[in-house]
Amino acid sequence: MRLNQATQYAIWVTVHLVSRPGEQVSAGDLADLFGISQHHLAKVIRSLAFARLVTSTRGPGGGCQFIADPKRVTLFDIISLFEDNWSGDRPRAQKPDSPPTLAEVSRVLSEIDRITLATLRSITLQTIVNNTERRSIQHNVADSAAGNANGAARATNTVTDGDT
Amino acid sequence: MAAEQITIEPAKVEDIQSVIDLDEAITGSAKSEYWYNIYNRQSLQSNGIFLVARVDDAVAGYITGNIRTWEFGSPPAGWIHAIGVNDTYRKLGIGTLLFERIKAFFIESDTATIRTMLHIDDHLLMSFFRFQGLSAGPFIELDMTLPSNEMA
Repeated sequence: MRLNQATQYAIWVTVHLVSRPGEQVSAGDLADLFGISQHHLAKVIRSLAFARLVTSTRGPGGGCQFIADPKRVTLFDIISLFEDNWSGDRPRAQKPDSPPTLAEVSRVLSEIDRITLATLRSITLQTIVNNTERRSIQHNVADSAAGNANGAARATNTVTDGDT
Repeated sequence: MAAEQITIEPAKVEDIQSVIDLDEAITGSAKSEYWYNIYNRQSLQSNGIFLVARVDDAVAGYITGNIRTWEFGSPPAGWIHAIGVNDTYRKLGIGTLLFERIKAFFIESDTATIRTMLHIDDHLLMSFFRFQGLSAGPFIELDMTLPSNEMA
């Protein structure tokens, strides 16, 4: 699935702000974090602010903050702000005398669109943040278990070496 | 309302009519025989579970599921077949409480996966399950409309 640059930036920025509830994050920090120009970022933030998803204040102590309900804002909501004529459920126009195979191709493409739309409409920004935290916890648990296993193996080897 | 005022417990036969009514309010379809059969199967077998959420003795929600093994080639997985919460009691976290209890049941049964299936257009329910941590699995559902017996 291809998204334009502004859409990608918008998704990155909003997810990051949701992961920092109540914090003002400076545009400079956002630009550095994602390796994007402040000029491009400013345009994205303006659009997000117009959509009442974020606030943006200037000056010392200023920055961006997510102000909508992250449990209600979905990836589709963000994408819709930045992609022109993007819709997963728009019927494709066909001429009356089009071959029947065209209709079947259109049906298959609509199937793909329907799955894509269902996915994007069901993933909220909060879900992305929660899943990031879940994976981090699972990763730490797995690392810890691997560390314990290695420690036990070393202890066994030490005992074995001592016995010989 | 505090979480401690909501109780999650195994469904009793006297709860089933409330479940039928709640399911009908959600889906538009009253399925009396279906729900009594579900109760008989899930509640009385060790690999099944049927829970209700109570608020002041009223059934505010339900969840049911069981462990299925090697269907469609899948190793044992805990399936959630149905979940419903009364509109009156929405936004109290009842859905999450029900989900966490059934998840605990599957974990206690050494099941490594939770799975469910839902209508592709039910974005709200899909969003709920994704919020709990589920994501698209390795299976895909396919179907085909059959001609009526008279036309076949």
